[in-house]
Amino acid sequence: MSFAWAKAYEPKTDLGRWIDERMPLPRLVYNAVGGGYPVPRNLNYGWNFGVLSGIFLTIQIVTGIILAMHYYASADGAFNSIEHIMRDVNAGWFLRYAHMNGASFFFIVVYIHIFRGLFYGSYKAPRELVWMLGLVIYLLMMATAFMGYVLPWGQMSYWGAQVITGFFSAFPLVGEPIRVWLLGGYAPDQAALTRFFSLHYLLPFVIAGVVILHIWSLHIPGSNNPTGVDVKSEKDTLPFHPFYTAKDGWFAGLFVTLYAAVLYFAPNMLGHPDNYIPANPLATPAHIVPEWYFWPFYAILRAFTVDFILPAKLWGVLAMFSSILLLFFLPWLDKSPVRSGSYRPVFRVFFWILVGDVLLLGLCGMKPAEQPWVALSQLAAAYYFAHFLIILPLISKFETPLPLPNSISESVLHGETQEAAPAGLKPAPAQ
Amino acid sequence: MVRIIGFLVGLGFAGVLLISLVVNLVGYVQSPPEPTAEHEFHREPKELHLASNGPFGKFDRQQVQRGYQVYKEVCSACHSMNLVAYRNLADLGYSEAEVKAEAAQHEVPGINPETGEVSTRKALPSDHFPAPYANETAARAANNNALPPDLSLIAKAREGGPAYVYSLLTGFQNQPAELIRKFPSAKTPPGLHYNPYFANLNLAMAPPLTSEGQVTYADGTKSTVDQMAKDVAAFLVWTAEPKLESRHRYGITALVFLIIATILGYLSYRNIWADAKRKVAPKGPLKPESKAKRSRAKAKAGITG
Amino acid sequence: MATLEETTAAMEADHSLRRRDFINIAAVSFAGVGAVAVAVPLVSQMSPSADVLALASTEVDISKIAPGQAIKTSWRKQPVFIRNLTPKEIAEANAVPLSELRDPQTLAERTKPGKENWLITLGVCTHLGCVPLGTGEGENRGPFGGYFCPCHGSAYDTAARIRQGPAPLNLQVPEYNFNSDTVVTIG
Repeated sequence: MSFAWAKAYEPKTDLGRWIDERMPLPRLVYNAVGGGYPVPRNLNYGWNFGVLSGIFLTIQIVTGIILAMHYYASADGAFNSIEHIMRDVNAGWFLRYAHMNGASFFFIVVYIHIFRGLFYGSYKAPRELVWMLGLVIYLLMMATAFMGYVLPWGQMSYWGAQVITGFFSAFPLVGEPIRVWLLGGYAPDQAALTRFFSLHYLLPFVIAGVVILHIWSLHIPGSNNPTGVDVKSEKDTLPFHPFYTAKDGWFAGLFVTLYAAVLYFAPNMLGHPDNYIPANPLATPAHIVPEWYFWPFYAILRAFTVDFILPAKLWGVLAMFSSILLLFFLPWLDKSPVRSGSYRPVFRVFFWILVGDVLLLGLCGMKPAEQPWVALSQLAAAYYFAHFLIILPLISKFETPLPLPNSISESVLHGETQEAAPAGLKPAPAQ
Repeated sequence: MVRIIGFLVGLGFAGVLLISLVVNLVGYVQSPPEPTAEHEFHREPKELHLASNGPFGKFDRQQVQRGYQVYKEVCSACHSMNLVAYRNLADLGYSEAEVKAEAAQHEVPGINPETGEVSTRKALPSDHFPAPYANETAARAANNNALPPDLSLIAKAREGGPAYVYSLLTGFQNQPAELIRKFPSAKTPPGLHYNPYFANLNLAMAPPLTSEGQVTYADGTKSTVDQMAKDVAAFLVWTAEPKLESRHRYGITALVFLIIATILGYLSYRNIWADAKRKVAPKGPLKPESKAKRSRAKAKAGITG
Repeated sequence: MATLEETTAAMEADHSLRRRDFINIAAVSFAGVGAVAVAVPLVSQMSPSADVLALASTEVDISKIAPGQAIKTSWRKQPVFIRNLTPKEIAEANAVPLSELRDPQTLAERTKPGKENWLITLGVCTHLGCVPLGTGEGENRGPFGGYFCPCHGSAYDTAARIRQGPAPLNLQVPEYNFNSDTVVTIG
């Protein structure tokens, strides 16, 4: 599973040996995140976001289970049960705000994690499954978050549910029956609410399971690193504990500080005021907007305004789903043998254009469907598809990458100015 | 194979998008969207400085008590506040006896214990504020088909929060002549009232605060319309977020603790990594001089390849 | 810039000076304190919420209860029996020697001074929790003229003390106070 020089687990106590003979769980943990897992020594902070994602998943599960002790999944009572939590339950406001903002921070962390993967080629062989499992996790997160947002049964909860389940009716013939089947009715109501509650409680545990597969499939080849060059010898790595436990630990502290600042001092900053209005099926809000982490997809959905062979609504739905599904094929679309964007100057330029493009799509998703936002979203969405499906394959065919360092330790120990010296030789004195 | 299909799919989506864009732009140029009265005459809320604003905000209890008085004497005629209970008033500084007395002044729905008929009973501290109307239909019937919203969360349910409430309450005015000239069809219909702070400009609620002295404050403060509006806005912040003060208090403790913990964590990290050589990944291409030096050094050392 | 070999050698030499485990222990301890602090709200949230605590005391109007009558009311979602004892019932209760009682208590101990006729107890049998009979007109008051639990036959006397059957204790007397002659606050 790991590298040949990985430290072996040696139980130091009698109890440790007893457990190890019967169920080697401590050994598993040691080999996964302890001293027994060698990790490239040159990881930058972009590599902290996987652990951070795990931390926020845990926060969501813990706060969620506790909130479920007080939440009442009834169309009549749900909104009031949330206010009961905020006003009467001991520390209820803390739990609710923690869960609400925890979802946002979970997405922030996962998005940074994904873009790290895009830049450094972490999706390339032999880590294709890690990438695809990650996308499965992302899809599950989106479903969980959507259903969770419906539960307070505010105006945005209700109308968001209407819009999103309305997607299905875009599909000819089967669309409407599927929509009614999903909702258990003709509009979001009691049936939809209770089943969303059930599934919202279930899916995070499915996510946790897929996370385990995600980490397992990563630990076979080991972590990628900023140079994209494979680990060659012991010199290239450091044991996960204590080096990366310390690095992950302090950075998690920093991120949790940010999270606490938002939770305690601006808890409604990332939300929408309309969700403090109880759901009213007869009154549509002036602007229906999803939560911020869905804004880019909302923009892609609304960008298609013309019927062309297919109705515009169907194009929008297909494009929205495709925008994530195409990522599954990324390891085969981008066939460059060089992993890391650090050594791919042309790729790098387009990567940053993509980042800007996604941010622009997000902005368009937040705005009402007026000019200039519609026009901008049309351009930005066109670029998004072009980037992955046209530009990247072409770049990977025609780009001349920069020469790679021979190994991680060479790039680490000799430093930039010392690359002239081959590994092993005394380098020339610094200029 | 993947790349060919991907290429075609990409062309497909990008193509349809560009068609949409062109049609969109052509349409925009041919018939640009009409300006609307809302766009031009809607105003953003005025600034409102409350004691509860900001990360260290606290409630000005005197002000919130005055605001409660305004709600009780003016707003509660039409607006319910069903998430607040009389016992919550203890947070504002009222004693247990005062809370009990306050509750007993109001009637809540109940059942006659002898006949079982629907009737009312005196409210207890555990009861929530009673609603002025039995149901939505009754509320609409009494208000020209408009539904006065429940005010418990209004400070969080509107963009701008308390500043919006304050601006709305003090923003009633005559429709400007300019508006009627530019948008004759946007003249305020009878039964509605012009208020530029409201998104649609014409509000079903008549100005509730009309004259100074409308409410006689228990603490003797001069009750101008502006003062009453500010006070009721402050009260509504409390009804929406009764835990604001303890949230800020815990927040400061939590942040101080977390900042110290992070600093300790960082120092520990630096301590552990002090002996492990690692540097940030190389940032740029090998310089030609370095490349040349490298091949010379290699040649000298007799290393090939 | 030294080679890996050189730095390792230097590291060995510096061992004693650099190995400041103290900072690591400090950091981990701080995190531990934080974890405990976070656990506090996670546990306290299960305690009764403010609205439940608000219903922790109830006022009851007893003006309509004639001597010999009893009502059943609710307090903290449990049944409460309020009985206006007749002088005959009071005498019967006082006549019982304490040695005969499984849970010895006098009537005076179970009522308020000056209000011995008002017997206020929980309507929960101390055996396994059924609601005993005896408050309503015509209900079985058992062999001792107080309350009778049909589930397993526990019989209580006029002072609601256990006299027969499996219940170990007398019907519980909750905390209560007379606000006036006609209103009692329970809890």
